[in-house]
Order: sequence, then C-alpha cells, then structure tokens
Amino acid sequence: MGWFKRLKDGIQTATRNKKEAPEGLWYKCKRCKETSTMKEMKDNFLKCPKCNYHARIGSYDYFDIIFDGTYTELFSELRSKDPLNFTDLKPYTKRLDEAYKKNDVSDAITVAHGKVNRKALVIAAMDFKFIGGSMGSVVGQRIANAIDYCIETRTPLLIISKSGGARMMEAAYSLMQLPKTSAKLTLLAKHKIPYISLMTDPTTGGVTASFAMLGDINIAEPEALIGFAGPRVIKETIKKDLPDGFQTSEFLLEHGFLDFIVDRKDLKETLSDLLYFFDETRPANAS
Amino acid sequence: MVFLEFEKPLEVLYEQLEKLQQVGDEGEIDVTEMIKMLENKIKNKRKEIYSNLTGWQKVQLSRHPERPYTFYYIKQMCRKFVELHGDRYYADDKAIVGGIGSLDGQTVVILGQQKGVNTKMRQYRNFGMANPEGYRKALRLMKLAERFGFPVVTLIDTPGAYPGLEAEERGQAEAIARNLFEMAQLKVPIVSVVIGEGASGGAIGIGLGDRVFMLENTWYSVISPESCSSILWRSWDYKEQAAEALKLTADDMYEFGLIDGIIKEPMGGAHSNPEEMAKMLKRHIKKAISELQEMSEDERIDARIEKYSKMGEYSIISEEEIVNENDKK
Repeated sequence: MGWFKRLKDGIQTATRNKKEAPEGLWYKCKRCKETSTMKEMKDNFLKCPKCNYHARIGSYDYFDIIFDGTYTELFSELRSKDPLNFTDLKPYTKRLDEAYKKNDVSDAITVAHGKVNRKALVIAAMDFKFIGGSMGSVVGQRIANAIDYCIETRTPLLIISKSGGARMMEAAYSLMQLPKTSAKLTLLAKHKIPYISLMTDPTTGGVTASFAMLGDINIAEPEALIGFAGPRVIKETIKKDLPDGFQTSEFLLEHGFLDFIVDRKDLKETLSDLLYFFDETRPANAS
Repeated sequence: MVFLEFEKPLEVLYEQLEKLQQVGDEGEIDVTEMIKMLENKIKNKRKEIYSNLTGWQKVQLSRHPERPYTFYYIKQMCRKFVELHGDRYYADDKAIVGGIGSLDGQTVVILGQQKGVNTKMRQYRNFGMANPEGYRKALRLMKLAERFGFPVVTLIDTPGAYPGLEAEERGQAEAIARNLFEMAQLKVPIVSVVIGEGASGGAIGIGLGDRVFMLENTWYSVISPESCSSILWRSWDYKEQAAEALKLTADDMYEFGLIDGIIKEPMGGAHSNPEEMAKMLKRHIKKAISELQEMSEDERIDARIEKYSKMGEYSIISEEEIVNENDKK
C-alpha cells in the first residue's frame, strides 16, 4: 500500500521516465535533494525554494510564467514523420508514440502567441521531455512558421532553447534544420523584428550552433548547461577533467556569448522591459 | 597501395599480378597473356565491389588514407592560388584552409577543411576538425569574396567541429551559427562540395550553399556512425548498422532532396585517379558558378533561402485530430 494514490488512470511511467518537474504534492530538488511542497515550488516560479535551482520545465510552464493569462497555440498541426524508417534499439515511430503518450506537448517545441504586460510576443519554447528536446523537421518547421508569423504580424520572437541537439533519427533532415532556421532568422532581421534567444538547461549541439546563438539579445537562465559539444565528449577528447563551471551560463557570460543571465522570477519583467525598448508602436520609436 | 577491408579480394589479385610480373621479368616464360587476363579480372572485380557499396563501406572510402584532400583539389583546379591565413581575431586555424584562386580565369574564393597527409600533418591539421577560428576565417574570406563579387567554393571534409575545451570557450557553436546566418544572405554564389566526410555542424558550418554536391563515395549526416552507435545502441559495435540507418550516402541525400547533385568518382574511388577526380570536380563547380551568375543577387538569395526552407519531412493533422488528442490527455 503506497502513501500516494494515483488520481489518473492509465499512467504507467517507468521510474526512469519520471518527469523532472513533477506533478504530485512534493518536489524533491535534483541538486540540493531537499524536499519542498509542490505549491512552494510553483509559487517560486518552478525553482527549488531551498537552493534556487531552476528545474527543467515544459513549454506550457514557460507560457504560464511569461504570458498575461491566455495565449493562442500555433502550428500544433505539425507532426513528426519517420522519413528514414529509422530503427536503432527501437523504431523511431515507437519512440514518437511513447513521447506523445508521456507528454503534454506534441513535439520538442511549442509555439504560442500571447501578451507580456499587454505587449504582443510569440514564444517558441522547447521541451526536453520530448525525445531530449531534440530538433527534427517539426522543430525546424515550427520555428520557420513562427518566423513567418512574426513577420506578418510584426511581433517580436522569443525562442526558449532546451535541447540535447539534433534528432539523430531524422539524420540529415535534422542537420538541415540548422541552415533552415538560421536562414529564416535572416528574414526576421531584414524586417527589423527583434529576436530574443533564451537558453535554458540544457542547450547543446545543433540548437546552440544555429538559432540559440543568433538572438539580437542572447540570455540564459542561471547555471544552465550551454555548449556545442557535450561535456562527456569533450572529456573523452581532451582526456582531462573539465574545470568547475565549464559550459554554464555564467561561463558563457564571462566569455562574451550572453548579454545577461536572468532568474526565472524576473523573466517576465525583463522581457517586458526589452519589448518596451523595441516597441515600434511607441511614438518615440517612430522613425 | 592501401586496401580497405572490403577490397581484400582485390589485394589477392594484385599480389598474384605482382608475382606474375616477377616471373615475366625473369624472362623464361611468356606471361603477357596471363597478365592481361589477370588485369581484366581485377577490373571486373573492382567493378563488382564498387557497384554494391554499403553505407559503411562508403564511410570507409571517404576516410581512405590516400584520398585527395582540399589542397590537392585547389592546386589541380586553380592555375593560380594564394593561401590567406587567419581570422583576424585570435589565430590561424590549420584545419580550415582557404584563399583566392583562379578557375580558368574566374577569380574565386575557395576554402575547405584540410586533413593531414601523414601522421605529423594529421596532427598539425587537427584531423580536419576546426576550432572556432577556422569558421571565422572562412567567414572572413567569404566576406572578402562578397566585397569583390567573387564566387565562393567550399570543400567539406571533416569528422566534425573540434569538441575541445578552448573551442567551447571561444564559441564553437556561435561561430557555426554565425556562418549559417551570414552565408544565407551572402551576395555572391556559393558552391559547396562534400569531398570526404560531412559530419554534422562542423560540415554545415561552411556548407550552406546555392549548389551543394557530394562526391559519389562520401557521406553527410548529423552524426558519425560511430557516435550514433555509441549513443543510440549504447555500444561502439553497431557502426555498420548506424551507417545504414542514418542513410548518409550521396544517393540517399540526393533522393531526399537535401543536396543538388552527385559527382561521380573514378572506378575504385577518388584516390584511384585523383587527377581525373579533380577534373570532374572542376567541371561541376564551373558549370554551377556560371548558372548561378546568370541570376541576380536577390534571386539567388531568395532561391537559396527557399531551398533550405523546404528541407524537412513532417505531416499535418486535422483540427479534429488535435481535439481528439487533447481530449485523451
């Protein structure tokens, strides 16, 4: 007899698949191992109330934190295909099915249009729970569509990166999402629409090597892992231990690749300030 | 001669040929006929082996130690060439080389990853794995080309961007991303050719082009078969399967519409007749450049972005299906 009763039927998540930002009543911090109530954690912008660890959270959590209440989800009709008929230990289609069942999102990125202190913003937020936040064709296409939408509606764009990199099961298709998203971002720049890139834990591989690093403003949450190659690969290559704090947000700020680091509790107000500066409808900004 | 594993039957035949030639040289028996027969046999065997190469065998060929590298092609294709060094910020990367050259009178900026030709040089060239400086040097040269209206040719041959500590400090990801952003809007034609290995971000970092070709026995993928095996199969032993699963050959890439063409290699691979290979490469590059020069700057950039915008395979579900999905959750 367990202490906690499952409220929903049909949940059969293996322990290793448990979500990192849990739903239940209690939250156990991945870093400090302290336990808080879920309510305390939610009131603390889904950070650990004890050590301020920024837990990995989902696309919809970011929408809730940033948008003024309601928002409209866009391009949710796009779904991943299996163009290569890819099978490793499992068929890719099976991995996809499992990911759909396990998650509230329909791929590793979700796009929504809403308001931030009454100023319009399109957010494309990645979700690590969906196949490691990996970038396949759908991620690339949703970003491409979001960019077109931002150009049409003259709305600023925020992309929240949280990804292990490219989606291997889509091989070269996933690789081509790097040039695709980068090329599309040049159109946004040509139309003088601001693009803010928020990097969160983790942002690595092909995502970092394309849109994540290309913001007009590049920002990150504290202590996120951000890099091109993963730490394990680097360690194996150079055969040395990596210094403390290597590839963290703070490391990137120090080396000149970030504009600033923002605590999740200040995220909304910070974005709101940025949107104010860039707001082209303000008379003072009229050229 | 270096024989790859799958070329073993050829090695045996070559050994026989050598012995036969020795006998002939001793002059007691006339072996001309037998040599002719054996040479024919070798030719047929080679054709047989090379017309049925697997993905993994092509990966091996792309890494053949005798395969020609970027500098070889540059020197064969350009009567005049001046190498230009340095990114102007930090250093001169040895794994990406480039400069100004002349393709039968047409000035071009030509650059690419360079692997070393012997043990010492392989280390010097960091095995064709560039640091951020390499990508920044490449961009500097491309901007130079843009200023003076020279077409850009990039030759891709890398096992990946270097995954090192300093590379991260100096922004490997930023350097690659910046190149993609700038190459998308570069005002001059860009022709890219995978001449060996086309591994992931390290390859695409100089690989966004109006025309992208692959030599017949090369590969292009988001990850090497070895790394893919280690991550997805959790063991290094599945590289052959990974190579098949990744569909990384020139034929696959062309079929997917992710490259614009395949350049045939001489029978037995580029290394079996490098001069002929360089001639074919030059012919394709020149043709692509002259086609691209007929377009206006804007047309070219629009077409380039349009081409990449179309890359991706996904399905679109109906509103009803979305509602159904949401109800289930």
